[in-house]
Amino acid sequence: MTVQVQTADFDVAAELAAMRTASADIGAVVSFIGQVRDINDGDAVSTLTLEHYPGMTERALEQIEQEAKSRWNISGSLIIHRVGMLQPLEQIVLVAVASAHRGEAFKACEFIMDYLKTQAPFWKKESTPDGERWVEAKISDDEAQSRWKQS
Amino acid sequence: MNIKILYFARIKESVNYSTEDIVLPADVSNINTLKNYLAGRGEVWADLFNGKQTIRAAINHELVDDMMAINDGDEVAFFPPVTGG
Repeated sequence: MTVQVQTADFDVAAELAAMRTASADIGAVVSFIGQVRDINDGDAVSTLTLEHYPGMTERALEQIEQEAKSRWNISGSLIIHRVGMLQPLEQIVLVAVASAHRGEAFKACEFIMDYLKTQAPFWKKESTPDGERWVEAKISDDEAQSRWKQS
Repeated sequence: MNIKILYFARIKESVNYSTEDIVLPADVSNINTLKNYLAGRGEVWADLFNGKQTIRAAINHELVDDMMAINDGDEVAFFPPVTGG
């Protein structure tokens, strides 16, 4: 269970290799990479700036990892999220989950991303030809999170 | 009761500062009454805290709802719905 919030880029191959080789009982590693698009809501985006709430961000991400671990039999998880100013094609986030078999890792990875999108205190501001604007939260992200709710 | 309030993203830009230390009036005891109190500071504040906009709150780094009690020394944060990932 690891959480990193940083301005620096990350090396996906190195991160996944470290996860994969952490234990010989790992049979599957599932990962997700989010990156900056050059278009949003029909407008060209030249830069994306990510703000966060230091302290709360790390705690929220750790809680999401713990929740994933309590639901599925996973042996490791990693969340790296960048903050600061990013250009199109730059990596924003890496989520990776290791488990004995693929099913648990696939589910846990998607769960972590859906919760990160709605629970972790990050905010995106994008620069367009018309100026800067804050990215609005999407209903579809709330819906993606709510399907994991347990009765 | 003394607390610290933090503001983030477009809320921070609207009120034009990121943090304040504040002594709460006696009748402010939870997030809801704190929002009402802040809404009374003027037009910009009223627009944000009159209940028409979705404003999330955290106390000591934990997301909370509007009825959560505030205690002396708490760090309260207000921010828009999150957009990371």
